Amino acid sequence: MNALFAAFRKDLLLQWRGRTQMVAIFAFGAAALLLFSFAIGPDSSALREHAAGFLWLGLLLASTLSLAESFECEMEEQALEGLLLLPASTRALYYGKAIANWAQLALLGMALVPVMVVLYDAGTLRLFSLLVVILLGTAGLSAPGTLYAAMTSQTRARQTLLPLLLFPLVVPVLLAAVKATSLVILGDPMEQYRPWITLLGAFAVIHWSIGGLLFGRVVED
Amino acid sequence: MRASSARPIAFVAFGVALLLAGSWWGLAKAPGEVFMGDVQRIMYVHVPTAWNAMLALTFAFVCALCFLFTNAWKWDNRLEAGMEMGVVLSLLLCMQGSIWAKPTWGVWWDWDPRLTTTAVMVFAFGGILALRAFVDDPVKRAVWSSVACIVAFVDVPIVYFSVKWWNSLHQAQSTPQTVSSAFHLPLRINAFGILFLWVGLVGLRARVAALRRRGEMAPPLTQKQSATGRAPITGGAV
Repeated sequence: MNALFAAFRKDLLLQWRGRTQMVAIFAFGAAALLLFSFAIGPDSSALREHAAGFLWLGLLLASTLSLAESFECEMEEQALEGLLLLPASTRALYYGKAIANWAQLALLGMALVPVMVVLYDAGTLRLFSLLVVILLGTAGLSAPGTLYAAMTSQTRARQTLLPLLLFPLVVPVLLAAVKATSLVILGDPMEQYRPWITLLGAFAVIHWSIGGLLFGRVVED
Repeated sequence: MRASSARPIAFVAFGVALLLAGSWWGLAKAPGEVFMGDVQRIMYVHVPTAWNAMLALTFAFVCALCFLFTNAWKWDNRLEAGMEMGVVLSLLLCMQGSIWAKPTWGVWWDWDPRLTTTAVMVFAFGGILALRAFVDDPVKRAVWSSVACIVAFVDVPIVYFSVKWWNSLHQAQSTPQTVSSAFHLPLRINAFGILFLWVGLVGLRARVAALRRRGEMAPPLTQKQSATGRAPITGGAV
């Protein structure tokens, strides 16, 4: 547990020291949100209807950058080898990094919400419901994302491989998060919010468990 | 070496023969369907392809588990072969489905759970094949593709249910119980035909994978061996 906390603290500190990177990733996500509106045209009701989808697509695209970065820095000076020599389990390393990535993605998601509200006129006062969707959705992105980033950061075509592997896998997260966010923004007369949140939670639980089980094999061999 | 490839080739030949027989039966002898007419006859390859695509990917998943537990190379060979076969069959499944959907539903594509899940599977497992292509170290390649295969396979049911909640329009799965008895025989013959075909092809493909890795892991030629070989050494060798 101590090792997990130390790993988490280390990754959070790394992110904080390299915060210009985070700002750049946020700018990338915001630029994507701006571009999506050009694809639809200046029809404000259509934009508002699709706002949730754009938010999550922007977040998903930006997440591949931040996930890849989280392992790219471990490849410099063979830092990963050094980490593995420490008397800490690989599971602690995985969860430390995955939680740090989760925190970063959740922060990114929350930062992109005001951009969405301004650009698409998609405001809501149900902030707590929105926060739950962002937390659970980014949890579902960060667990498999951290596992795959560990592999792809060591390959030749890493910029292509991470999205190629991650995107099909997180289709359920995208579907459920978009639906739930839409329900928060546009109103939920049929009470459908809860099943989508349950799906997000179930996805996160499953992938956080298998990620912890399999990560050791990925980095040790 | 010839003896070890005889059995897969026999499987392939038997599979092709069964497929020809079943397809002839389905196209010429079985009655047309009442509402869809001859379009429905694609079912004789479509439904067996669906069963076998799932079977091939399940086989790949089992190989991935076996590799992670035993570290035996034969499981990596089978994983590579089984995953390729699963992707090819899933791709065929999407194409057959589109060919059937255009005259029946009027569209090439529909966001129905099984169609969408199959497409997601093609990308998920195709991505793992791409990962294999970009990792040079055979050990890392084997471990990583096993891990990725397990994660992707576990994900398939979640994708299916999420898309099902999201949108649904497909008819219920075809099993011999839901299909009129006149259609049974060609369906079953083709199912076994495709089964034998892919098992034989996986056998051959696994051998190719084994030979390729043997080449990768062989020690580089020493100077003496090189000198006796055909390629002349022009310098740089120590």
